[in-house]
Amino acid sequence: MTLYFTKDHEWISVDGDTATVGITDYAQSQLGDVVFVEVPAAGTAVTKGGEAAVVESVKAASDVYAPVSGEVIEGNAALEADPSLVNSAPEGEGWFFKLKLANAAELDGLLDKAGYKAFVDTL
Amino acid sequence: MSDESIDETPQTLPLDAWHRARDGRMVPFAGYWMPVQYEGIMAEHLWTRSSAGLFDVSHMGQLLVSGDGVDDALEALLPGDIKGLTEGRMRYSLLLNDSGGILDDLMVTRTRGDLYIVVNGATKYDDIAHMHEHLPEHVTLNHMDEQALLALQGPKAVDALSRLAPGVEKLVFMTAGAFRLGGVSCWISRSGYTGEDGFEISLPASAAETIATLICEQPEVKPVGLGARDSLRLEAGLPLYGHDLDPDTTPISADLGFAIPKRRREEGGYPGADRIAIERAEGPAAKRVGLIVEGRQPVREGAVVLDAEGSEVGRVTSGGFSPSLQQPIAMAYVPAPLAAAGNAVTLQQRGKLFQAKVTAMPFVPHNYVRKGA
Repeated sequence: MTLYFTKDHEWISVDGDTATVGITDYAQSQLGDVVFVEVPAAGTAVTKGGEAAVVESVKAASDVYAPVSGEVIEGNAALEADPSLVNSAPEGEGWFFKLKLANAAELDGLLDKAGYKAFVDTL
Repeated sequence: MSDESIDETPQTLPLDAWHRARDGRMVPFAGYWMPVQYEGIMAEHLWTRSSAGLFDVSHMGQLLVSGDGVDDALEALLPGDIKGLTEGRMRYSLLLNDSGGILDDLMVTRTRGDLYIVVNGATKYDDIAHMHEHLPEHVTLNHMDEQALLALQGPKAVDALSRLAPGVEKLVFMTAGAFRLGGVSCWISRSGYTGEDGFEISLPASAAETIATLICEQPEVKPVGLGARDSLRLEAGLPLYGHDLDPDTTPISADLGFAIPKRRREEGGYPGADRIAIERAEGPAAKRVGLIVEGRQPVREGAVVLDAEGSEVGRVTSGGFSPSLQQPIAMAYVPAPLAAAGNAVTLQQRGKLFQAKVTAMPFVPHNYVRKGA
């Protein structure tokens, strides 16, 4: 299993051709209290850089972009009942969706953990 | 035009360093760096509803108007009963343009010899220019820009503040007086904009850090940011200038008719009185209402109100997730026929439709301490 990050503050955990996507701890701390999450349904085709999910805090609404292209296998249904999982466990139970990778080469341009940390330190 | 309105770089307020030392997340607001939150909007909101929150509202304009005939002069600009305002009492009022449109909403208090007015931060320089232009020469307007303003809000505000400034507990809602607080002379009113009991404290900017620290040392009190101030006032059904009120809204369409007392309605003599009298008699075309939104997703300012045919008939002017009710709530302007409580309306935001129901405001009951209570 390999962990990647984007400059849009998403993480992607890749296992074979399956990827789990969520937002980073930094992202949830910037958003504040998450009160609503809309995740894509299974079967949805998402394109790298395209809108894939919506996350809303008390303060504002934000789009979550697909870090890689693929077909959604599962949206995290637990977020509908308890959106605050995004705050309490952003890189665990608060995952957004799983997808089947369309093009593994798209992973090449993503950051690793150290690269993402270095990026956040510049913000 | 003043330098302040040309310069777009946010200014700092007396408590800037104090907020940063408490990990306040600073954002530009009304031309100033202001704390939007400390530990989090939800926690700060709920803390204010159950205990007491200290808000820095020093960005607001504090004005002192005095001179012979000051009551008449102000009644020519506002629809409020200024002449009937006795010492130590305050009223909510509205600065109106000639067509009855709202230039700002404000609080007027009778001090010993003067009228003390608190206006919104984003509009204060426009308000001052408007008053300078319209007030007669023998009336003086003093912008008290050396004063800071704090709001202590919540059911335990009285416990904390009466420990530091004995006597404030005798004030009732919308009354005010001079008190000593931590050795500093302050003007304190029992008022606020959260729907809770609480106080607003005007004090010299030079003493703001000391007094804010002293108040926050009380076990009931935590500092609370602008984010929770907005969600609290929304739950309380209180309009926010620049969002729910603007020069195109009138007191009647904004459902603020209570701010025009009987004598002023009968006598007129305030800007836009003729139009407002007609709107009062015939009903406004559109009205500000409260909405409870189905589901969990917040519907925010700018969302569209649709009629049964799907045509745009109104706009959401404030909206968000209510921490107290754990559901989305909003304010919107809707056509008068749709404005009755219980009516269902459809909202549209980013292409998605939402069902909502018109509801009486406040969304969360007010908790004011009134006379005789």
